[in-house]
Amino acid sequence: MTTVHIPFLQTGTLAVGGRLLEDEERSVQSQADRPSSLTKGHRACQGCAEALAARWVMDTAVEAADDKLIVANATGCLEVFSTLYPESAWKPPWIHSVFANAAAVATGIAASLHAQGRDDIRVLAQGGDGGTVDIGLAAVSGMFERNDDVLYVCYDNQGYMNTGVQRSSATPTSARTATTPAVGCQPGAPVGQGKSMPKIAMAHEIPYVATATVADLRDLEHKVRTAMSIHGARYLHVLVPCPLGWGASSAESIRLSRAAVQSGIFPVIESRAGELTDVQPIRQRMDVEEYLRPQARFAHLFKPGGEDALDRWRAMAERNIRHYDLLGERS
Amino acid sequence: MREVLEGSQAVARTVARCRPGVVCAYPISPQTHIVEALSVMARTGELADCEYVNVESEFSAMSVAIGASAAGSRAYTATASQGLLYMSEAVFNAAGMGLPIVMTVANRAIGAPINIWNDHSDAMALRDSGWLQLYAADNQEAADLHVTAFAIAEELEIPAMVCMDGFVLTHATDVLELPTQEQIDAFLPGYEPKQVLDVLHPTTIGTMAGPESFTETKYLQHLRFLDAADVIQRWSDRFHDTFGREAGGLVARYDAHTFDRDREAPGANAEDIVVVAMGSVLGTLQAALPELRAEGIPVRLLGVSSFRPFPGGALRDALGDSRHVVVIDRALELGSGGVLTGCVGRALAGTRSRIHSVVAGLGGRPILEESLRDVIRRAHSRDLPTLEFMDLKAGGIPRPPVGATEVAR
Amino acid sequence: MTGHDAPPTHGLSTGPATSLAYHTGTWRTERPVYVELSPPCSLACPSGEDIRGWLGSTQEGAPGFEAAWRRLVSANPFPAVMGRICYHPCQASCNRGELDEEVGINAVERFLGDTALAEGWELPAPTTETGRRVLVVGSGPAGLSAAYQLRMLGHSVLVREAAGEPGGMMRYGIPAYRLPREVLAQEISRIERTGVVIECEAPVTDLDAAQREFDAVVLTMGAGVAHHVDIPAGAASKIVDAIDVLRDVASGRPPLVGRRVAVYGGGNTAMDAARTARRLGAQDAVVVYRRTQEQMPAHPTELQDAIGEGVRVQWLSTISQVEGQTLTIERMELDEEGRPHGTGEFEELDADTVMLAVGQDADLTLLENVPDIHVSDGVVQVDPTTLMTGRDGVFAAGDVSPGSRTATYAIGRGARAAKAVDAYLAARVIPAEPAPREATYDRMTSWYYSDAPKQHRGELEAARRVTGFEEVLTGLDAEHAVFEARRCMSCGSCFECDNCFGMCPDDAIRKLGPGMRYEIDYDYCKGCGICAEECPCGAIDMIPEVK
Repeated sequence: MTTVHIPFLQTGTLAVGGRLLEDEERSVQSQADRPSSLTKGHRACQGCAEALAARWVMDTAVEAADDKLIVANATGCLEVFSTLYPESAWKPPWIHSVFANAAAVATGIAASLHAQGRDDIRVLAQGGDGGTVDIGLAAVSGMFERNDDVLYVCYDNQGYMNTGVQRSSATPTSARTATTPAVGCQPGAPVGQGKSMPKIAMAHEIPYVATATVADLRDLEHKVRTAMSIHGARYLHVLVPCPLGWGASSAESIRLSRAAVQSGIFPVIESRAGELTDVQPIRQRMDVEEYLRPQARFAHLFKPGGEDALDRWRAMAERNIRHYDLLGERS
Repeated sequence: MREVLEGSQAVARTVARCRPGVVCAYPISPQTHIVEALSVMARTGELADCEYVNVESEFSAMSVAIGASAAGSRAYTATASQGLLYMSEAVFNAAGMGLPIVMTVANRAIGAPINIWNDHSDAMALRDSGWLQLYAADNQEAADLHVTAFAIAEELEIPAMVCMDGFVLTHATDVLELPTQEQIDAFLPGYEPKQVLDVLHPTTIGTMAGPESFTETKYLQHLRFLDAADVIQRWSDRFHDTFGREAGGLVARYDAHTFDRDREAPGANAEDIVVVAMGSVLGTLQAALPELRAEGIPVRLLGVSSFRPFPGGALRDALGDSRHVVVIDRALELGSGGVLTGCVGRALAGTRSRIHSVVAGLGGRPILEESLRDVIRRAHSRDLPTLEFMDLKAGGIPRPPVGATEVAR
Repeated sequence: MTGHDAPPTHGLSTGPATSLAYHTGTWRTERPVYVELSPPCSLACPSGEDIRGWLGSTQEGAPGFEAAWRRLVSANPFPAVMGRICYHPCQASCNRGELDEEVGINAVERFLGDTALAEGWELPAPTTETGRRVLVVGSGPAGLSAAYQLRMLGHSVLVREAAGEPGGMMRYGIPAYRLPREVLAQEISRIERTGVVIECEAPVTDLDAAQREFDAVVLTMGAGVAHHVDIPAGAASKIVDAIDVLRDVASGRPPLVGRRVAVYGGGNTAMDAARTARRLGAQDAVVVYRRTQEQMPAHPTELQDAIGEGVRVQWLSTISQVEGQTLTIERMELDEEGRPHGTGEFEELDADTVMLAVGQDADLTLLENVPDIHVSDGVVQVDPTTLMTGRDGVFAAGDVSPGSRTATYAIGRGARAAKAVDAYLAARVIPAEPAPREATYDRMTSWYYSDAPKQHRGELEAARRVTGFEEVLTGLDAEHAVFEARRCMSCGSCFECDNCFGMCPDDAIRKLGPGMRYEIDYDYCKGCGICAEECPCGAIDMIPEVK
């Protein structure tokens, strides 16, 4: 699909770069002089995948927009760790207003630029899952419905991590958070899968919707570039493991993302105008346990009584694999 | 050119002539006619080079305005009541970030109980949001105030609400003379933000401030707000000089006998009872008070044009030697009294003034001239309490009819 | 603080990238450090080749081939030979075997060797001349490796060979279908062109005399004498030594072996002999071995190749008697320790010729009257570090000395002897080598390696093989050699994939440019460990931060 695997190379396009790659195969992140739009000195926790994803997304967008990019950011970890006065880790023009309105602020910027005849300047809005799926949903939906010329990026770490790891409606079933403790007869987050924001976005039939993870840089860069080549409302949903909130080692953020994709838990897809147009097949199938076990938020799944929840996870993976044909059995 | 216009139409046309770059619209009574009129102008081209955005809530209306203003556009929206409260988080934010958005507030009561009629509870609830609040006494002033509001807000980089009484003004038709496009182009400078989202000179706007700098940041905003009084007065004077009529300013003075608006009117005398009010009730008072003068009651009228910043100095000047004040208040601070009264009281602290708070016209209750006169007479005869609810019905509220529950029982 | 002339956002807006003022490096409890570990291939290579290094150069494609070859020949001057005959322990230990299949190192080695011969690339000339003279006794892989390395160090080297042609077992022990003679000749003459002098039919018989003539002597006479076992045999029986058959074939005097041949033994020589017998016209070639397939010393590929050519193997069998053309075979069984014992059950087998391939002994006639050189277990005993015998200035390497009797081991020992001689001549002590740290598979993140199965060398059809001594294995072409080289995972050595640089959430790694690798900015590195975790080749360690 989106990732090009070049068979005659050590790492093909699986790694960030590689000395054997042709120029056109090089990722933005592999360039010594990449923009580093979110630069060093930010205060994200060790191993923060949101910080990583934000740089990846932004650098690609900045390149695609020929340095003409304005960013609106929702309240949340990303905003707090990057902009504690008088310091800012951002390089592009960047604005933070409040928690729920990043999409609307971005609409305002886009409207202003259009009124000024500056459609060459592109607008990106970003927020966490709380700011997107929960409190910001109305604004995001409004922006989609109006088809405003904004790329909205949700960094989904599946909870309110900035406030101390509380449940959001993107928190998956059985996950332990500070407000869904792992006690009682149904420990962790209630049964259900949280809201699927990509599906909600697709239901708006906007020009472009995609999901991505920090486990596949090329795929993510490709999707940002594709999104930037389109005008109108676009949505990119990036899974970003949170070492703190997920109770995982800081070194494992990328590995967990990989396990989420390769187990079928997190389908990596592309959609245009509401239609599913591409699915990244599983490359090396992993068991859901490889995703769940390293995370302390799921520790209770591996204790007596956790079997039902574990079964639900397996069923979820199976359903995704079937629904999205992640093993490429139908194609 | 004098024309017969509904207040909302007048405001919409004037706003359009101020050449906003982005207008955000979300319907709520009694503001709706304004954005409806603007939507027509956006389609006909009368409102050119402007993005008209139909948002999905007031919260987004203000948020879109924030983005637009931060990106360098003159941004406008209108709201009322619940809508103002619904957007309130963004309202505070716009002020904190120094974005000179202009917003019409078609003043309306706040529920519950839900009520679409006029009082000042909505704007009063956001009195500390950091916005300028400029009150129109009539539709001519409502239209004209928008021109000065943009000028003042953009010079100060503080957003401004133009408050006009819902229905009483928005839906009332008057003979008006709107500033022409040429006049406004000559009067109102273009918007040149001091700080803007600019790809050539990137900045980060909206950082987090810790305890080490938050107080100082707020103090700076306070100083800026103090500057606002002079700027408001200056633009009001300039408008008066240009157009030959009053619009805004800090307080409105009225002639002691004709009760016509008169910026040269002297301050009140020691024996005068001064009636202080905001908004369209000033027009009612202009009609009601001459009869009291004739009765020999020494009454003067004083309008508060700028509620935020609150013009303490201008108020004291206009009160002159009078120490007897009756405030007609259209918003209630429960358990305390009128909201405007509180501000007047703070401005007159240490002057040993006798201040009455008359709460009137809540939720659209008509304010009758005779009721106003009755209040003043009682103030004159010293039997008006400190807090008075004008025309409070003795019978209270009608009881609900017997419903199904009762029948079943 | 007054007025509204200052920007309204004072206190809540700031310039871009001002966060550089905040040094997050202080958060760190562990720090990433780039390391260079030894790959299992090199650790397993008895010749001590920098396999990862020369595969790395090969990955560049044609422009990198010569550099790759030069890196290769710095350890082993016989890449075309060893690319054919080495049993490649490197591949058995290759980490890629854990992922899909091991890298075909040997095939790439041959490609480089053949390419060098085709291109006429020469070995480097010595940069200095020491004026010291060293005698090497024997021109097998150990001898020529020692000679070449000594020459590279600037010494004057003479090789004396008893046989008519140089090469030792490479010439006389390995059939031409595995190693074409032309290839061997070219690689030997290339060594000669560095200034090494080889005298053939020049056996050394007097060590004292040699020592008077030379500053040092390296003994590499090999083990070319067939080991014998006692088998009761009648007069009419034709029993020959397998090594002699191979030598005769190599010398152009192929013997008549008959239609049915039995080969006694289970080593590589037994396989070579059986396959050679097939080529000499034997319809039936049976290997008789007293143990099981698992215990067989022959390399599995040799056995496979032999079976592919119609060779049969009779396991758990000993030849107890040969009478005319009839062999009596005793069935064996293994005891609990895996040792074979006779069962008393016998059967008969017809054979025109019996070839003995039960081992080879060193030719130690030169040392018969040299009491200070100690021989035990049939080989010359040496200092394990310096390879010096009991006599000062006399060194020994290869099959004549202890250790594995393979060409690759001989080349490695020859090179070591050269190093030791050089140190001896300079009155230096060889510095102790630090214990290498192995790049083990568990350090690697194999996810990042492209799915690329091994390229198998084309094989001659079995039917064609037994009709002659044509080379069985063909080489890789350049495209496939590059492909194969690119399958190398560069275990334990950064190959600049940019993962650390691209995946640092804190933007705390600097990329220094092609070939320069990276630098960690410890002012900002928080020590999350993602770089180490996601390094495909395990070239980053996380070490505790000591404050």
